[in-house]
Parts: sequence; structure tokens; C-alpha cells
Amino acid sequence: MEFPILSAVTFIPLAGAVLILLIKSLTGSQVRADGSEDDRVLYVGLLFSIATFLVSIVMFLSFDTQGTGYQLVEEVDWFANVKYKMGVDGMSVLLILLTTLLTPIALIASIGSVKHRLTEYTVAFLVLETFMIGVFCALDLVVFYVFFEAGLIPMFIVIGVWGGVDRIYASFKFFLYTLLGSLFMLAAVVYMYLVAGTSDVVVLEQYEFAKSAQIWLWLAFFSSFAVKLPMWPVHTWLPDAHVQAPTAGSVILAAVLLKMGGYGFLRFNLPMFPDASVFFQPFVFTVSVIAIVYASLVAWRQTDMKKLIAYSSVAHMGFVTLGIFSFTEIGVQGAIFQMLSHGLISGALFLIVGVVYDRMHTREISAYGGLVHRMPVYATFFMLFTMANVGLPGTSGFVGEILTMVGAFQANTWAAAGAALGVIFSAVYMLTLYRRTVFGKITNPELETIEDVNTKELICLIPLAIGTILLGILPNLIFDITRESSLHALAQMAGG
Amino acid sequence: MFDLEAILNTVAPELLLAGAGLLGVTIGAFLGDRFNSISFKFGAIVLLAAAALAGSYWDGGRAFDGLVETSSFANFAKVVSFVSGAIALLMAEGFLKRHGTQRYEYPLLIIFAALGMGVILSSANFMTLYLGVETLSLSSYVLASFHRDSPRSAEAGLKYFVLGALASGILLYGISLVYGFSGSTSYEVVAETEASLGFMFGMVLMITGLAFKVSAAPMHVWTPDVYEGSPSPVVAFFATAPKMASMAVFAIVMFTAFPQAIAFDNWQMIIGIIAAASMLIGAFGALPQTNLKRLLGYSSIANMGYALVAIAAGVQYGAGSLLIFMTAYVIASLGLFGGVLSMRREGGMVENIDELAGLIRRQPGLAMALTVLLVSVSGFPLAFGFLGKLAVLEAGWNAGLMPLIITLVISSVIAMYYYLRIVKIMWFDDQVADFEPVDGWVTMAVYATAIVSVAMLIFVSPFSELAASTVQSLIS
Repeated sequence: MEFPILSAVTFIPLAGAVLILLIKSLTGSQVRADGSEDDRVLYVGLLFSIATFLVSIVMFLSFDTQGTGYQLVEEVDWFANVKYKMGVDGMSVLLILLTTLLTPIALIASIGSVKHRLTEYTVAFLVLETFMIGVFCALDLVVFYVFFEAGLIPMFIVIGVWGGVDRIYASFKFFLYTLLGSLFMLAAVVYMYLVAGTSDVVVLEQYEFAKSAQIWLWLAFFSSFAVKLPMWPVHTWLPDAHVQAPTAGSVILAAVLLKMGGYGFLRFNLPMFPDASVFFQPFVFTVSVIAIVYASLVAWRQTDMKKLIAYSSVAHMGFVTLGIFSFTEIGVQGAIFQMLSHGLISGALFLIVGVVYDRMHTREISAYGGLVHRMPVYATFFMLFTMANVGLPGTSGFVGEILTMVGAFQANTWAAAGAALGVIFSAVYMLTLYRRTVFGKITNPELETIEDVNTKELICLIPLAIGTILLGILPNLIFDITRESSLHALAQMAGG
Repeated sequence: MFDLEAILNTVAPELLLAGAGLLGVTIGAFLGDRFNSISFKFGAIVLLAAAALAGSYWDGGRAFDGLVETSSFANFAKVVSFVSGAIALLMAEGFLKRHGTQRYEYPLLIIFAALGMGVILSSANFMTLYLGVETLSLSSYVLASFHRDSPRSAEAGLKYFVLGALASGILLYGISLVYGFSGSTSYEVVAETEASLGFMFGMVLMITGLAFKVSAAPMHVWTPDVYEGSPSPVVAFFATAPKMASMAVFAIVMFTAFPQAIAFDNWQMIIGIIAAASMLIGAFGALPQTNLKRLLGYSSIANMGYALVAIAAGVQYGAGSLLIFMTAYVIASLGLFGGVLSMRREGGMVENIDELAGLIRRQPGLAMALTVLLVSVSGFPLAFGFLGKLAVLEAGWNAGLMPLIITLVISSVIAMYYYLRIVKIMWFDDQVADFEPVDGWVTMAVYATAIVSVAMLIFVSPFSELAASTVQSLIS
């Protein structure tokens, strides 16, 4: 038997979490002389997440980018006909890399800015990482469901313990919204298991469900992924969760958790329920375009920086659904690319907000202005990610948006036109944000002494900046890897 | 006539329990208070031995001219009931000692209650069933008012007794009607009787009586009051062993005395409505609760609703699922009541949920174990309870019970809210003072059930196969 590298990647963080708990239960929590908590535990957690990243690179290298189907498959019997089955294709490999890259960055960003209950904090992030990677590896519906749902608990705790003023409300809203959607998916999973006799994703992709059943199953899966993505009108948990979550929580939420929705559409809805997907295409296009336009307009009027970026996420996820449901290779490729690119950009933007929030303890846009005079390096990074979020050519944001729109154009001209409107709006709200915070005169006297980004923050931002530009210039790096999986997702479509 | 082997095959655990119970009474009469401390170990050993006997006579048998008949399904329920009873008994000792009521009557009452559970699980005749129900109930009434100096405990005992006696009366009345229309009290004969209006009437009354015993809506009203008033270790017992046994008996009666052939369409609807009502009442009722025991009472009503979905699905699909679900529920409940028993402060028990505030800071181990148990009892992935709920969903789908599945999903989300509220209080809120240390059994039970709940998620396969294999014993 080969070395189970996927399980290794998945469970290294969990092992780290258990180890930290064991050590801590033996030593007890240590409080320094000045009353602050000993933050060495964060470094231990960081070590484990970096180890995970390195192992995931090994996984990536042993992945054959030209190969078809699922690779590195592991299979162990669980119960009845349900197997613990893991495997990856091009899309999931990249999403795993995104996860393993963002988790250490989130932990680095937490050093110094999170001050209490560091053990639980580190453990929550490591556990969350295991579940996120598991979601992208699972090739069995029940295993997928377990990972998919389980991730809610650490995120619930992260928002609820280390969040802002309204953290309790936000954490409950986040949890219950997502849970309601997922339980319908669970009911559908059980039904599929009973009808097809297996919950193996590979088998179910080939299984042809009756059209009438497909409609219901599609809706059940859709209810789960639409909340997660999130799509209009079930997006309302996201601004709350983002605003209240600590910086690192927002980064992970925006960069990875939202991607599970798009991943779910591509992995399950399209291949398993092709007829229903075609049937619902106009519906998805409609809500996607509404999401893009509406969320962009709402973002424009925000006074809270995090809320603005949260709504911009909703709009950008609209492009993802648009691309996926165009049922064209170019659209699906663009959607996957957009997910990865948004992971980097939105993660970076939340870090950018976190930098000034750590110094000023406010996210109100009106409290800032003229940052460029005191923080030139910060302003440069902010500019880069603003432009990437707008979709400026040369950045990864451009490639994702243009491809999803080309795909959508082939399927429905009006949808593409609506989405194009969203691109304009994104320039409006992002440039407004940038102008009001970075340019102008310093009006707030407290800003006179604000310091520029420090080394720790640079370490977080530089990899994301490199990624954003690299993908913008050489998008083929991604397309070569995801071609097979996007064709695979479309293989069951009529005439596809 | 007197076939010893058949008797042993069928009721060996009950013989042991009855003998040991009488022996205990005798010893107690002679030793008096000197028996008090050892009696708890004695009771636990007897219960575990009974579980071992039920396990070793797994395939069961038939004895006393068909008055008793044991299936492997019943033996499964017996093992879980007796073991959980033993754990509940061990958890009780420290509590009772601190309250000055560590008396040998307590384990003996538990033994007799267990005897009642064994008898109902082995019954193949309504007379045996009724005898067992009364043995279990009478012991339970006394246990509920075991703190006889406490008005709350006495009130709980009285409420339980009055309502329980009424339910027993309804059950008995139902039995008499069914007997009147079928001419027999044997499950076998009743199963072959043509369903007439009067017969159905009797069956409905029997369902009513049984629903009271498992605290399903609308016969659930006693549950929160009795849970709140009774001494905590007694509730730990009520919520686990008798629930498992009564639910299994409910299933056995519906599946063997009123099998699908004659009455399936009739009782499926009734059980379905009871199930839906229990799920919703349990979910909504728990929302405003501030007392942890009361909240767990409503939670058990909701969980009994889920279990009834498995019964409504019928024997083929539901029986195995019922066992998996109930076992997961019993394991998690034991641990949660261990948590209730751990809530000691300034010499007294505290029961308000807010007392758990900030537990993660003070006793992180306990808080994490309780979180795992709450996750399990809510049926969220990550613990055994998820597989229980999955099994119930599977049964419901197989039987095409779409409305029940939707109700289950919705009530699960509502229920998640109040479980999460407890997690929130433990993790997010500012801490209050420490709990006083409790005896080792309670702590061990909390940790052990939490670990088992997670381990069973991973290594469930042999267990679920065992549960599935017992289904056949109910059909033939």
C-alpha cells in the first residue's frame, strides 16, 4: 500500500492540535509577568501548519497534472457500504494548496493581535484546517458531509470567542444558516445512498438519477452550497460573520470556506444532476446577476471596511456561479480560477484591514484618510490588492472575471451584460474605499503616529501579492492543471 | 414442561436480577446501614453480570408457554440498558453520600427497575408486558422521590406517580380491548387477528400508554418536571436505561403484536404524528429553558421523536436504526448527566445553564468532553450521534416518510440552537467560580462517554452490523 499522503495532509493539523492540548494539559497555561499570555503555543501551531504546507507540496508534486480521473486514491471500509475514500483531481489539489498556504498566514497574522486564550485559538485553527482539507479530499458523500459540517464548530468558536462586539449573534447566525442548508443535503445524501447503493462519488457521477429525483436532489445540494458560497438572497450571514470574526477568521472564511460552495457545485451538482443543472440554469444566472449587481451596490454604501469587502466577496462569488453554470469549458475554468484568485485577494484584503485595525481598533472608513503619508508600503500593497479585486489586467482577478464572463456570454448574453455591470461597480466601491482611506489629508490626529507594516505583516502579504501577480501573468499555470477536472465536471452534461 | 434450558436462554438475566435483588433486600435487613456503601458496588456488579448474561444468551429463546420470548433485538437493548444502568448507579454514589442519602435501597431499586426492563423486553404476552411495566414504573416512582426530605423530589415523585398510574391504566385498558377483540393476550395471536374498530381502539390506547413511558408527545408533560425535581443521579438513570428499554419494547410491541400485515397503515400514521409532535415540542420547548436538567428533559423528548421515526419506518428498515440511534443517545446522555453531576459549588448542586459560564477556562477537559457530548446528542457530524441520526434518516427514506424527514431536519436545526447555546456559555462567556471536585466515577463517565462517542464514529462498522443482524429475530 502506498503512503496515504492525502490522509497525512488532512490529519497532520489535527495531530498537532491534539499534541498541543496534551502538552497544555500537562503544563497548564502560562501567564507572563506582564499579564499577557505565553504565545509560544501559536508558534507550535504555526510549525504544524507549515509542516502541512510542505507535505501538501509533496502531494502536489506526486500529483500527475496531465492525468485523468481522481489520483492518490485511498480507500478504507467505514461502515455498511460507506467507505473512507479520499482522492484529488486538479481542482481539489489547488484548493488544498490554497488552504495549506492560507492557514499559516492566518496564524502568523494572529501573532500579537490575538491576546487571550491562545491555546484554544491555535487548536481551533488547526482543527479547522483538517476539516477544510478533508472537504476537498473526500470522495465519499458521507465523508464529505462529515468534514463539510464539522468545520462549522471551530469557525463558530473562532468567531464567538475572539470576535467583535456582536460576535455571539454573528456566530449563531453563521452556524444555523449553514446547518439548515446542509441538513437538506444530508437527507439527499441518504436518499442517493439508498437508491444507488453507494455513497462513492466516482460511482454516483456515472449513476443516472431520474429527472424528477434530480430536481429535488439538486435543490437539496444547492441549498447547502448556496448558503456556503454565499449566493443572494442567503448571503446575509456573511457580512455579520466577517465583521465580527477576528482578522485570521475572516481570512480563512473568505479565502477557503466560501470556496467549498463552488467546489460543491462542480463536484456534485453538475456531474451528478446534469438534467437538473440545465433546468435550473436560468434561475442560477438570475440570482448570480442579482448578487453581482446588488452586492456591489450595497458594498459601495458601506462605512465599515470589512463589511465592504464581505459584500464584494458576495459579488465575486456571483462570477463563480455564473461561470460554473455556463456549462462551457472556458466558464468552468474561469470559475475555478476565480475561486483561487479570490482566495488570495480577499484573504489579502482582510489582512490589509487587519493591519490598520490592530493599530487603530476601528474599521470605520471615516476614521481613516491620508494613510499614504505615514504608511507608503502599506499603501502600495493595498493598491495592488484593490486593483486585483477590481479586476485590472495583469492581476489574477482579471483572468477569472473575463473568463467567467466569456463563458456566460456563450450561454446567455444578458447574464454576461449584467455581470459586466458588476465589474464597473467593483471599480467604484474599491476605488472609493482606497481613496477615502489612503489618499487625502490626515484628518484624524491619531493617524499622525501610525506605523507602517512590520515584518510579520510583510511575511503574510508578500506570498499573496506574488500569487496574485503570478497568476495574473501566467494563468496557464492553473489552467493546465484544472483542464481535466473542468472537462470532467462537464462530461455528464447533455452533448458535453 | 419445565425446560430449564429454554428458561435460561430466555430470562437468565432477569433470574439473576430478581435473585440478586431479593438477596440484597435480605442482606440489607440484617446489616442495615453497614450495607450502604458496599451495596452500590454490589448493584453495579449485578447489572454488569446481567448484561453479560444477556450477551451470552444472545439468540434468546421462548419459555413458560410463550409468556416470554427473547430475541437478539431484545438482548441488544438489554445489554445497553443494563450497562448504562450500572454506570448511572456508580455515578450516583458520591452524590447521594454528600446528601446523606447513600442508602442500600437505592441500588436495589435500580436492580428492580432493571428487572422490569428485562421483563418487558422479554415479554411475548401483554400480561408479562404489564407486569414488567409496573415493576419498572413503581421502582422509578420511588427513585424520583428518593430525597424524601426535599419538597422538589417529593413533588417529582408524586407527579410521576399520578401521571404514570394514569398511563398504566390507559395501557391496561388498551390491553383489555385488544384482548376482547382477539381473544388472547399473546402477541402471536393478536398479530393474526383481523383489525376491527374496537381492536384499533385498543391498539391506540396501548400506543398512548407506551408513549408515556418513552415520554413522547403529547404524553410528554411529566418529563421536564420530573427531570427537574428528581435527584440528578436518578435523572441520569431515567434518561438512559429505561428510555432504551421502553423504546425497544415500543418497537417490539408494534412490530410483533401489531405487525405490518394487519395494522401497518393504521399505526404508521399515528406513530408518525407522535414522532413529529415530539420532535417539534422537544425542540421548541427547550429554547426558553434555563435549567440544564429541564433542557435535557426537552432534548430527550425531541430525541424520542427521532427514534419514533425509526419505528414508523417499520421493522425491516427501522429496527436496526432504532438500536443504533438509541445507543448513541444513551451514551451521550450518560455523559451529559455526568456533567450535571459535576456542577457542584459551595456545597450544593447548581443546575442553571449559566453556571457553566467560562468552563473552558477553568476545567478545559470537562468543557471539551461536554462539547463533544452535546455535538453527539445533537446529531452533528464528529460524533456517534451523527450516525444514529443518519440511520434514522435512512429508515425514514426507505419507508418514504417524507414529511417526517422534513420535520426531522427542521427540528434538528432548532435543537442545534440550544445545544449551541450551552457550548456558547461554556466557551464564550466570562467565567464564574470553579466547580468543586466530584468523585472519580462521574469524571470518568464524562470522559469515557465522550471518547466512546468519537471512537464509535470511526469504528462503528461491527456495531452497526450487529444491530442490523438483530432485525431478523423480530421478523420470523
